[in-house]
Amino acid sequence: MTAIKALARFAWDFVVGDDWRIAVGVVIGLSLTALVAGAGVTAWWIMPLVAAGLLAGSVWRAAGPRRSG
Amino acid sequence: MTGSELGLAVSVFVACAVEAVEALTIVLAVGVTRSWSSTWYGVGAALAVLAGLTAALGPALTSLPIGVLRVVVGGLLLVFGLQWLRKAILRASGLKALHDEEAAFERERSAAGSVGAVAPGFDGYSFTVAFKGVLLEGLEVVFIVLTFGANQGRIALAAAAAAAAVLLVVGAGLVVHAPLSRVPENALKFGVGVMLTSFGIFWGTEGAGAHWPGGDAALLAIIPLTLGFALAIVAATRRRPGDGVQSGRDQSAVHA
Repeated sequence: MTAIKALARFAWDFVVGDDWRIAVGVVIGLSLTALVAGAGVTAWWIMPLVAAGLLAGSVWRAAGPRRSG
Repeated sequence: MTGSELGLAVSVFVACAVEAVEALTIVLAVGVTRSWSSTWYGVGAALAVLAGLTAALGPALTSLPIGVLRVVVGGLLLVFGLQWLRKAILRASGLKALHDEEAAFERERSAAGSVGAVAPGFDGYSFTVAFKGVLLEGLEVVFIVLTFGANQGRIALAAAAAAAAVLLVVGAGLVVHAPLSRVPENALKFGVGVMLTSFGIFWGTEGAGAHWPGGDAALLAIIPLTLGFALAIVAATRRRPGDGVQSGRDQSAVHA
């Protein structure tokens, strides 16, 4: 059981890394893209915006309070 | 070779070179301090496991329908790429300490020297440390080889690029017989993060059912735009001299 938990923990760290919001955001972005494209609407612009927002937000959080002071 | 195949080969080569530099530091430290033969056994065993993983998972991935493959692999690449890029941006901004191969070498050497005498014949410590170091660094390379290679049906090309990078780094390590501390690791990681993120955006979007204007040529816009955006974040968050390096907010033993 310990080995399984350790393996699961490793897999989580390996894929998800330091900021789980990135993984969640990517899943939401891809789902939104599929929904919009499935409705016949142009959807290629969604993921670049999602990726930009996730990256900026993640760095912003990690940068801490100095940036505003 | 098409543009996206060139992108694949370059991305895998650079990613593998960076990971190989880090693995080389561990291998050199334990080999110099304890036992070269046991260290090489550890390296060989790890490489065998990595090759086995690539051989086993590659065909499984390529047997998936292309739409499923692209959305899954695109999503994984994007998550992975954004994490690499985030960490590279934090290092370039001075918000996170740069990886120091000399310091890592000294740390590993000190640890290797403090665990008692070297066992005659087979040294378990040397084997284990070399095995673990190469395996952990190599898993990221296997991930990139499989995701990039499977998506374009060019796992062999990706594996060849990875092998070329390992040979180059090992060759350089043998020549200088020291950690490759002058390799601009963060700049390379920055570049790999940009490529992984760009290809992740491209394939994830296509896999989700959307179509890029211009098809594959859209990558020629996505890659420089991703690079420019990442550099803009670095400029916006760059730490002033005297601010010091932030610690404790962003630590991971696995990524990049």
